[in-house]
Order: sequence, then C-alpha cells, then structure tokens
Amino acid sequence: MKEKPIIILNGGSVFRILEKNDLAAKVYRYVIEAPDVAKKAKAGQFVILRLYNDGERIPITLADWNAAKGTITLYVQAVGKTTIMMSMMKAGDSLADVVGPLGIPSHVEKGQPQAEKTFVAVGGGFGIAAIHPIVRAHKLIGNKTISIIGARTKELMIMENEMRAISDDVRIATDDGSYGTKGFVTTILKSMLENHEPMDVVLAIGPVVMMKAVTDLTRPYGVQTLVSLNPIMMDGTGMCGACRVVVGDKLQFACVDGPEFDAHQVDFALLVARQKMYSPQEKISMELFNKICEAQEHRETAAW
Amino acid sequence: MDTVTQTSAKPKLSNKERMKIPRHPMPEQNPLERARNFFEVPLGYTPEMAMEEAERCLLCKKAKCVEGCPVNVQIPNFIEHVAAGNFSLAAQALKQMNALPAVCGRVCPQEDQCESLCVVGAKVEPVAVGRLERFVADWERANGEMAIPEIPPPTGKKVAIIGAGPAGLTCAGDLAKCGHAVTIFEALHKPGGVLVYGIPEFRLPKQIVEAEVQYLEKLGVQIKCDFVVGMTRTIDELMNEDGYDAVFIGTGAGLPYFMGLPGENLNGVYSANEFLTRVNLMKGFEFPNHADTPVPMAKHVVVVGGGNTAMDAARTALRLPWTEKVYIVYRRSHVEMPARKEEIHHGEQEGVEFLLLTNPTRFLGKDGWLNGVECQKMELGEPDASGRRKPVSVPGSEFILEAEAVIIAVGNGSNPLINKTTPGLSITKYGNIVADESGKTSREGVWAGGDIVIGAATVIKAMGAGKSAAKAIDEYVMGKK
Ligand SMILES: Cc1cc2nc3c(=O)[nH]c(=O)nc-3n(C[C@H](O)[C@H](O)[C@H](O)COP(=O)(O)OP(=O)(O)OC[C@H]3O[C@@H](n4cnc5c(N)ncnc54)[C@H](O)[C@@H]3O)c2cc1C
Ligand SMILES: Cc1cc2nc3c(=O)[nH]c(=O)nc-3n(C[C@H](O)[C@H](O)[C@H](O)COP(=O)(O)OP(=O)(O)OC[C@H]3O[C@@H](n4cnc5c(N)ncnc54)[C@H](O)[C@@H]3O)c2cc1C
Ligand code: SF4
Ligand code: SF4
Ligand code: FES
Repeated sequence: MKEKPIIILNGGSVFRILEKNDLAAKVYRYVIEAPDVAKKAKAGQFVILRLYNDGERIPITLADWNAAKGTITLYVQAVGKTTIMMSMMKAGDSLADVVGPLGIPSHVEKGQPQAEKTFVAVGGGFGIAAIHPIVRAHKLIGNKTISIIGARTKELMIMENEMRAISDDVRIATDDGSYGTKGFVTTILKSMLENHEPMDVVLAIGPVVMMKAVTDLTRPYGVQTLVSLNPIMMDGTGMCGACRVVVGDKLQFACVDGPEFDAHQVDFALLVARQKMYSPQEKISMELFNKICEAQEHRETAAW
Repeated sequence: MDTVTQTSAKPKLSNKERMKIPRHPMPEQNPLERARNFFEVPLGYTPEMAMEEAERCLLCKKAKCVEGCPVNVQIPNFIEHVAAGNFSLAAQALKQMNALPAVCGRVCPQEDQCESLCVVGAKVEPVAVGRLERFVADWERANGEMAIPEIPPPTGKKVAIIGAGPAGLTCAGDLAKCGHAVTIFEALHKPGGVLVYGIPEFRLPKQIVEAEVQYLEKLGVQIKCDFVVGMTRTIDELMNEDGYDAVFIGTGAGLPYFMGLPGENLNGVYSANEFLTRVNLMKGFEFPNHADTPVPMAKHVVVVGGGNTAMDAARTALRLPWTEKVYIVYRRSHVEMPARKEEIHHGEQEGVEFLLLTNPTRFLGKDGWLNGVECQKMELGEPDASGRRKPVSVPGSEFILEAEAVIIAVGNGSNPLINKTTPGLSITKYGNIVADESGKTSREGVWAGGDIVIGAATVIKAMGAGKSAAKAIDEYVMGKK
C-alpha cells in the first residue's frame, strides 16, 4: 500500500521558543508560545511537552506565564536524553507539543481571620522555578512569604532576583558556604524551626531527598507541609497510572490528584523506587545519543 | 427491516449452489514469523477472493445480518457490488452507514454481530461480511482518491467535539457534512483514541486511522490535539466564551483499574493502558533507535485479564525482541473470555500460554522490582448477576510464576476530568455520563456517546452513538436562533 504522508495541523498551534537563556547548573529558561495554556495557567500546575515526533512526553512545571502575550516560561534542568536535547534547541525552534495546564493548582488562601499567614517555600534546582509562581500567589493576596533557596556554590545559584521580587525574605544556602549559609536549604529550615520562627505552611519542591528531608524536619513540629511530587508521567490526564503514588495509604495519580500533596502522608520510599522504573532504558538511550553526537562532531570537524 | 433493494443483474447461481462455496479463508502471516513482528496479521483478500466470497451471499430481501450491525450497514447491497466487481460502488454503499469501514472490517466482533445472524451461517459458515468490508475499504484507499461529498454552504453554527476516538470522529464527520463548523479537541498528541493508543499496529495499522483522520480534515473538520477539556478549557468556557452552539463528549473509558493486591506498585507492574500506549502511541517498539519512550524490557510477562485489551497486551509483549514467555492469567474458563474468538485463536497460535481458572493473589519483588506473581487456581461456582458462573478460589492451590513484568488488563472506568469540571452534568454511580438514545445529557446543548456513556464496549457501538448524536445536534443547532 502506498504510504501517504499526513500532516495534522493541530488547529494552527505552533509551540515556538521565543527566548532561551542558559542559566547556571545546566538549567535553561525558555519562553514558549502556548496561548491556550497561558490563558488558564495557575500556580502549581505543569505542562507535558514533546520536542519532536517520536520524542518522549515529559512533564515540566509552569514557572510563569503571560496570558496577554500567550506565552509560558519553563525552567528545565538537562538531566537525560530529552532534556539535554531540549538544551540544544534555540530561540526560533518549535516544540512538537505542549499540553496543559495540568494538575490541581496550588491551594492559596489568606490566613484566618484576616491574619497574615507566613508561607515558607523551599526550592532546590528546578524546584526554585516551581515554587516561584506559588510564592507570588501568596504574596499577592497578602501573606508573608519566606523563600529558602539553595545551590552547590554561588555561581550555580538561579533566580535569586526573581525570588527577591516576590518574597518578604529570601534565605540562601550553598553547600560550600560561598554564599549565604553554609549547608543545605534544610540547614536553614532546621534553625528556623528550632528558633520557633512563626510559620503556617511549608512548601518544598525539588529532588525527592530534599523534599523528604524537609518533611522529616517539620513533622515533629506539626507544621503543615506540602510537596509537589515528580513521579514518571506519560499522558498527564489520569489514563495510564504510571504516576501512581501512595499518600496516606491511598493510591493516587499524581498528574490529576496532585502534584501537590500533604508531605507527612507521602510514601517517599515508593516514589524513589518508582522514579527508577526506566533507569536501565534511560542509560541505553543516553549512550546511544552520546554516540550520535560524537559522530556528528566528527562529521562537522571533517567538513571543516 | 425491509430496506434492501435489488438493483443489478439477476444472480447467476442458485442459493443451493451458493451454499456449496466454502467460506474463503483469510490469508495470514505465518504465526511463528508474525509473533516477532508488528506487521498486520491477516493479509486481506485479493479481488478474486473477495468476488468469490461475495458469491456466497444470498442477497436476502429481509437481510438478517443488517439487524446484527449496530449501524445498519446495508450488507447485501455492498456485497452485490463486490460480486459484480464494482468495488467503487461497493465502497459508496458501505460508507452510507459506516464512516470507518477499514477499521470495522478489522476490529468488529462480527461473530457476535452481523455474521452471527447471517442465514447462510445457520447451515454452513456465515458470509465473511467483515473481511469483505475490509477488502472494499482497502481497495478504495489504494485505488485513487476517496470521494469527498458535496458539503452544503456553512450554516454558521459551531460544534465542539471532545475526544478524537471513534465516537467523536464519526460525530464530527456527520456534522461537517451538514455544513457546521466542527472542531475536535483531543487530549493526546494524535487523534484516534483507542484506535491509536490501544489497539496495536498488527491488528489495525495506524496508517488506516490516519487516512480516516485526513478524510475528516478534507471535510473541513479542525482537529486540535494537546487540548484537555476540563483543564485547557471547560465545557462552559467553550459554550459561553468561545461561541460553540453544542458540544459532544466522546472521551471514552480511559481510567485504568488496578486490583488492590499486595505488591501492585512494584516496578514492573503496569496498567494495560500504560503498556499499550508506550508501545503503540509512543512507538516504544522502536526504542531506542527511532523513538525515545522506554518500554518494559522483561523476559517473562504475565497479563491479567481475558478481554481484547488483555489479548492485545499479551500479543504485543510477545513481539518485543527481549520477551521469551507470555502468560495470560484469567479467572474464568475459555468460553467466558470476553475477547474476540479470532484474537484468542491468534494468541494461541503465536505461543501465548493461557492459564485459565487462575487468579493472581499477590505480586512478589525484591528491592522495589517485580520478580514473580503468586497465583491461585479457581473453579466455577454458582452463576452471578451477569449470568456467568462465579469463579471461587481453590484453597491451597497457590503457585508462583516467574515474571519481570505484569500487565493488568482487568477493565477501565471513566475519566472524571470532565465530570468534575462540568456542573449540572448527570453522572451514574460508576462515573458514566447519563444520556438518552440520541446522546442528550442533562445539560442543555451537550451530548455524549461511546464508552463514556455505556462503559467499555466496541468501536462500532461508539460510532453508532456518534452518529445518532450528530443527527440530534444538527436538529438542535438548526432550531436554535
Ligand atoms: C509534575 C512534574 C513537574 C516537573 N517539573 C520540572 C521542571 O520544571 N523542570 C525540570 O527540569 N524538570 C521537571 N520535572 C522532571 C522532568 O520531567 C524530568 O527531569 C524529565 O522527564 C527527564 O527526562 P530526560 O529524558 O531528560 O531524562 P531521563 O534520563 O529519561 O530521566 C532522568 C530522570 O528523570 C525522571 N523522568 C524520566 N522520564 C520522566 C517522565 N516522563 N516523567 C517524569 N519524570 C521522568 C526519572 O526519575 C529519571 O530517572 C518535573 C516532573 C514532574 C513529574
Ligand atoms: C486494547 C483495546 C482493544 C480493543 N479491541 C477492540 C476490538 O477489537 N473491537 C472493538 O470493537 N472494540 C475494541 N475495543 C473497544 C473500543 O476500542 C472502544 O469501545 C472504543 O474505542 C470507544 O470509542 P470512544 O470514541 O468512546 O472512546 P476512545 O476510543 O477511548 O476515545 C476517547 C478519546 O477522548 C480523548 N479524551 C479523553 N478525555 C479528554 C478530555 N478531557 N479532553 C480531550 N480529549 C479527551 C482520549 O484521549 C481519546 O483519544 C478495544 C479497547 C481496548 C482498550
Ligand atoms: S460495521 Fe461491523 S457489525 Fe456492521 S457490518 Fe461491518 S463488520 Fe458487521
Ligand atoms: S450476509 Fe447472510 S444474511 Fe446477509 S444478505 Fe448475505 S446471506 Fe443474507
Ligand atoms: S501520567 Fe498517566 S495517569 Fe498520570
């Protein structure tokens, strides 16, 4: 049978990259044209994107959006094949797909009655971008916002200015002590808890080890704590069950029931295990990709 | 039903002679070869075979077979054209009632529908209606352009279709043919619903679905993928802000059921939806060379369930190059399996091992990874509410199967996204949308049909629902000021 090519116009949507910046620590910032998503985006939600046909679907948090301009802003850390390929894309390139906004928005409310509520957000890596819109939402309704952000060393710190603009207080930790407190974000949170600094809600987003450490710290103090979980996802609409997590002994699909959950109820051990579901395949994929890149370089050098 | 009209020349053969022609077998790929590739299993009739098979039809005036078809395809009508070698006319006759004949000819459970009522079948084997339907549709696709019907001038009415499965696609096509502006909103990056993410390539080549979608685009239907209604836009926003006069919901039964057994969250336990989507929609069978989405790499695979989904999962798993052994574990016996007979037979031929009257009791693992399934033998007891004999476990009959992957295919529920975001939409206690014969829901201007209304069913039933709704929606929007 003759092969007939098919073009699905996708209702005219083109997900063009308008801006791309190379930040520190293999984190890249992208401003992408996605008017339907921008129109509905709320703090705490995410998108699923594909770079090209036959690419993988990967979830990325909405760090910012502009409904009037029809754009969204994403911060992506290059960790594996898809995110590294994305880091090689330039302004002007287009993604194959961006679908969203997905997930339940973060619950943002003012302290009762009329009282100012102290909202503490802890971010590490791309998690800083993920807490950004949530902190801003709390700030906008008049809550007190404290952001704790960390990096390995001063040069790798991202989004400091953006976080200062929307936080009443920004506290910084670096592993080597080159900037702010020496240690981890949890070092700062720990001393705040020990000093009984007032706080109503703590939100932590970042690597699972960090979220778990925060959860263990706040538990004895009984401070309400939220985490945004990042299991492996595929469709993002509740159809596949790949993203299942256990929260308070209940099976939940993080893409539609979350991604934000009550941290003290989360089964972190299961999350850590399930994130490794495709580790062997991810390795194969990365090795093949490296080989292709090397071959490409050889060809380019030869051409010169 | 008395709608069959005899048109062309007198039959050359007597009915007796016709009944003597044996049913033409379907040429198929050799089982051992095909069990390792993703090419289609049945190869299709040649024109000669099709004409010979068509000769077997008695062209009944009161055709029983038509009653067995959920969309009333005028079967003797199109078969008569096949017998005469007028394949193009046959295609026209077929398409009057069925927008996706290439799909239905392949996946309809004909043995329970049209062919089950064929009068020839009462004596010998029934006329191969499905195979003829497939032949005609394939012939049309391969030989020249599909005729685009004349479309009336635009009515100025806008209809939104939610979900690009068979229900939504059919509804969209019929409404476009009435001159309405139709937009399909689809959550995934490709239209087709279960036809692209569930049913595998070797049973329904994706090119066929793409050709049907292309045909819809030629009719003027706009398809917006990457659009989750309920999230990207709600039904109220579509109607109140974006100016849609009516909405059809065809979102299917896409919520995977798990069994609640110990060890179900181990790495290596998948829902059939996840497994099939990874392999089919994401082309995981081409990982890592031509596609990026990883698929489970297991030597021993256990599939739980006995429906079409279980059969598809088992036969898909078998085709992945690293798989050595695939079991189907089903708690009732062979006769109760809900899957199509042909698919069960294909699975057996290809080497899937069926463990019937068997049920899993827990999933075993080490360091978070699955390494086995504990099963229990069952026996059939008293009939239950569905009339089928209820399986009861045999104490002490536990045994362990070695497995690195388990695929759970015990059914799907309905996705609650639309229900949660559409106030005033009546829902049954199982989460299905309440709709009348025409698909009308409790919300003014909103229709629904397919699996989201009747629960997991068949392609042709979903198409039938899309068709009835299109008729009602046309009347509604044309009556609207
Ligand atoms: C709700 C949510 C929001 C996220 N937001 C961001 C963000 O704003 N910025 C950011 O840099 N990263 C974010 N992530 C993580 C991001 O999705 C993964 O880093 C990315 O999928 C890795 O893909 P890869 O092919 O580059 O790497 P791989 O080598 O394939 O994977 C590296 C690791 O990433 C995880 N991962 C792989 N595939 C997926 C997948 N399909 N879904 C989820 N995790 C996966 C696994 O734990 C894996 O071990 C988010 C994840 C979730 C679930
Ligand atoms: C593996 C498998 C094998 C099968 N084999 C057969 C067979 O051989 N023969 C047969 O007759 N039947 C078979 N069936 C059943 C048949 O496929 C279904 O009954 C049929 O596809 C239902 O059609 P539908 O249009 O109602 O829904 P679906 O085909 O499920 O399509 C629904 C579409 O809606 C989209 N959607 C969902 N929610 C939203 C939303 N909120 N916004 C936008 N889009 C949304 C989904 O992504 C999907 O594309 C099989 C089913 C499965 C799962
Ligand atoms: S659509 Fe299905 S049931 Fe109807 S005639 Fe064709 S194969 Fe038979
Ligand atoms: S298919 Fe069977 S029932 Fe239908 S018209 Fe032909 S012989 Fe009669
Ligand atoms: S990603 Fe598939 S159900 Fe959540």
